[in-house]
Amino acid sequence: MTYLRPTFRHPELPKNILGYTRKDYEGAISTLCAGCGHDSISGAIVQACWEMSIEPHKVAKLSGIGCSSKTPTYFLSNAHGFNTVHGRMPSVATGANMANRSLTYLGVSGDGDSASIGMGQFVHAIRRNLNVVYILMNNGCYGLTKGQDSATADVGSKSKSGSENKFATIDLASLAIELGATFVARSFSGDKNQLVPLVKAALAHGGFAFLDVVSPCVTFNNNFGSTKSYSYVREHNHAASNIDFVPPAETISVDYPENTARELELHGGNKIVLHKLPTEWDPLDRISALNRLHQARRTGEIVTGLLFIEPESQDLHATLDTVQEPLNQLGEKDLCPGSKKLEGINASYR
Amino acid sequence: MEAGRSGVNDLVIRFANVNGTGSASANNMFAKAVFRMGIPVSPKNIFPSNIQGLPTWYEVRISEKGYLGRREGIDIMVAVNPQSLARDIEVLEPGGYLVYDNSKDLPPELRRTDVHLIGIPMIQMCIEHFPEARIQQLMKNVVYVGVMSALLDIEVDVLKQLIREQFGEKEKLIALNDKALMMGRNYALEHFSCPTAFRLERRDLVGDQIMIDGNTATAIGAVYGGATVAAWYPITPSTSVMDAFAAYCEEYRREEKSDKKKYAIVQAEDELASIGVVIGAAWNGARAFTATSGPGISLMSEFIGLAYFAEIPAVLVNVQRGGPSTGMPTRTQQADLLSSAYASHGDTKHVLLFPSTPAECFDMTAQAFDLADRLQTPVFVMTDLDLGMNDHLSAPLTWDDQRTYDRGKVLSTEELEDIQDWGRYLDVDGDGIPYRTLPGSHPSKGAYFTRGTSKDEYARYTEFGEAYVRNVDRLLVKWKTAATLVPGPIKLNQKNQSDIGMMYFGTTGHAAREAMDLLGQDHLSIDGMRIRSFPFTREVEAFIQEHEYVFVVEQNRDAQLRTMLIQELDISSKKLISVLNYNGLPITADFISRQIREHWPVAVSQ
Repeated sequence: MTYLRPTFRHPELPKNILGYTRKDYEGAISTLCAGCGHDSISGAIVQACWEMSIEPHKVAKLSGIGCSSKTPTYFLSNAHGFNTVHGRMPSVATGANMANRSLTYLGVSGDGDSASIGMGQFVHAIRRNLNVVYILMNNGCYGLTKGQDSATADVGSKSKSGSENKFATIDLASLAIELGATFVARSFSGDKNQLVPLVKAALAHGGFAFLDVVSPCVTFNNNFGSTKSYSYVREHNHAASNIDFVPPAETISVDYPENTARELELHGGNKIVLHKLPTEWDPLDRISALNRLHQARRTGEIVTGLLFIEPESQDLHATLDTVQEPLNQLGEKDLCPGSKKLEGINASYR
Repeated sequence: MEAGRSGVNDLVIRFANVNGTGSASANNMFAKAVFRMGIPVSPKNIFPSNIQGLPTWYEVRISEKGYLGRREGIDIMVAVNPQSLARDIEVLEPGGYLVYDNSKDLPPELRRTDVHLIGIPMIQMCIEHFPEARIQQLMKNVVYVGVMSALLDIEVDVLKQLIREQFGEKEKLIALNDKALMMGRNYALEHFSCPTAFRLERRDLVGDQIMIDGNTATAIGAVYGGATVAAWYPITPSTSVMDAFAAYCEEYRREEKSDKKKYAIVQAEDELASIGVVIGAAWNGARAFTATSGPGISLMSEFIGLAYFAEIPAVLVNVQRGGPSTGMPTRTQQADLLSSAYASHGDTKHVLLFPSTPAECFDMTAQAFDLADRLQTPVFVMTDLDLGMNDHLSAPLTWDDQRTYDRGKVLSTEELEDIQDWGRYLDVDGDGIPYRTLPGSHPSKGAYFTRGTSKDEYARYTEFGEAYVRNVDRLLVKWKTAATLVPGPIKLNQKNQSDIGMMYFGTTGHAAREAMDLLGQDHLSIDGMRIRSFPFTREVEAFIQEHEYVFVVEQNRDAQLRTMLIQELDISSKKLISVLNYNGLPITADFISRQIREHWPVAVSQ
């Protein structure tokens, strides 16, 4: 089933500095269930890319398998997308990124995709500090196969049928911080004001940027007793660190009350301002961020916001010391040593 | 004592060593010296899956006639491994020579009266002349090379030159090695009648050939073929492909102005990730490859199906080893034909190339990138442990500087600008190959969502059966196009001389040609064809039709090539007679000719 949006554009829609309207960042109409949290996240991606004036076709969208992984068709229709295999988006994103470092890479995954079948790939993409925005649409269940518990379901969380999850939860945000991820945030699909600046900061980050977005499944996991339902998340959401994203051309215009804001410079001259500065931990300190998440697990809070950031880090291209020119643009002259050199190679084997 | 075999430039010598004792470089020096004397030589490592302490053998065939396959029967055994001594003595041909360390007496029960015993006090001499245990151990290997130089009349200057090349400026090491070499040589000259019944004479039979292993040649092929992204997970016997690729890239792929790398090698967390990286890079327009072995292909299978169905180029080097499961990881087989040709779920078929020599490893690897780009599909370079890890005499590697890379049907920004009707899976040219676009090419044209699920010609998701059937049927049209692009077979005789044919591929090549000569001695005439690719080209089908019976020679148990021939060409199974070697050692001419004699169809007039 494919829905096409009308191509009509109101002439007075606001444009970004590239001259694109927000509509130029949209995709096909979603085929997900009405009210699905994932659609809000797609909306936040559209908003963030438009506000940041990223050329839509200079983004590559990659996903695994599952409801979440269908979403790349619902935003940035002028960008190439790749719906890969279950749990293996990180490796495909790695290859794509190696081939052309000049594009922006946006990976979309779900909790089944990242916390179960693709855990290994998730972990190793972090280890390599691949320059990718990795958005986890986290609903605690397998939607496409009708609501089985996933590995991010909390112990004791009840499914629609009333059964309780008996297995320990995997918290991918804690894991990412533990593994050395250089940007880790958590948010809620229902909190657009928090989510959009986080997506923008993630896009500006020069390494692996992980966004764990709790995104309720309205069909299979929005019932009483579920810890991933809209009402539960709203009740327990502790938006502890909000940020404003400031692109290089702009100056910080808002006056923050003294001692409540902290400015951080990101890759490429972008800045973020951490306002509503968390008092319980320091987002620049990995250990304190981890402690805070452990504490939250004990109290049942869902701590959201920018959890940890290491603004200056070395991505995989830097580690591998590759040329600036995208590898996919090199031709015979750059790559083939030629027959003279081959004669020399032959001589070394005589 | 019975007179055994003898002769000039015709023998098989086996060195029986303990792995991890430095014997490899001494053994290589021996083989290289024969090569430098202009005599065809073919060394094979027979090694354990172990780092240190287990038996390992180095078998060298020397053949004036240029037979480079393995030959049965060992004429000279250099037995320096006490663990395997009893068995090593047992397998020696009557009339052969046993070279052993008599620092300790040979146990009486092992003394054979039908072989020549050449006892050399190797370790005793080394203890007397060299200071420390490690050096004594290493020099013992050089001592037996010195002994062999006397017994076989190898030119000592050639050996000394090789020592100089190996150690370069390290004068002390050169002196040490020279001393050990001459110690062994002089001891043998003084105590035994030299040369023996076997000896070497300088010839001019190797021409401009090189001596190189297939994995290195494969890696150089990937460098020349323009691979920029490589992803892999270590697995014997393919690991040295990536080692060599890294080494040659390091040398030839640095940007002059910045000294930065024009390549990216990712050692992935497993084979699934390796092929994922390759597919991601190729989707994004880089030439990408992985090198692995059978178990790796199994792990990659899901992704291979995606690449086939989403039509993404990928090059996979499969250096085959003995399976199934861990099987015999350090032994050779050609047993992954079926698992590679039809890798993945659903209806899939993949292009396979079968190199037979290092020069072909080079050519076919470079060609694999062109084929993958042209056909937008995975292409497998099917080598094996024997070809990949052993040194082979090979034609030199050649490259035509006029050659350009065939990047296939990729639309540029300008072409997209002009195009009106573009569909990612639209067969415009009737060859089953659609036009593709790369991410970032155009602001408003050419973007599509690549997926493994069914889609229509415009890459739009659909579950309509008709669209699905149109798509997978087009892939069969593409498969037919592939059969016109892959390298065709090589016929040994241009004109058929017999009603009986023989087909073989890959490393069976040398042994098969020799087997034909052996059969010819018995007046059994047979036509040979070496298959070089899958899909099979028209010549393959014609060859089978032109012969009453065809022997299909393979190094696996289940006659996998024969299965594919029957399946793909609709050939009667009665026409194809299997010759199968699967003990993990490279196939021999003796084995092939014996099997063919036994199964020679009686009905056929000779």
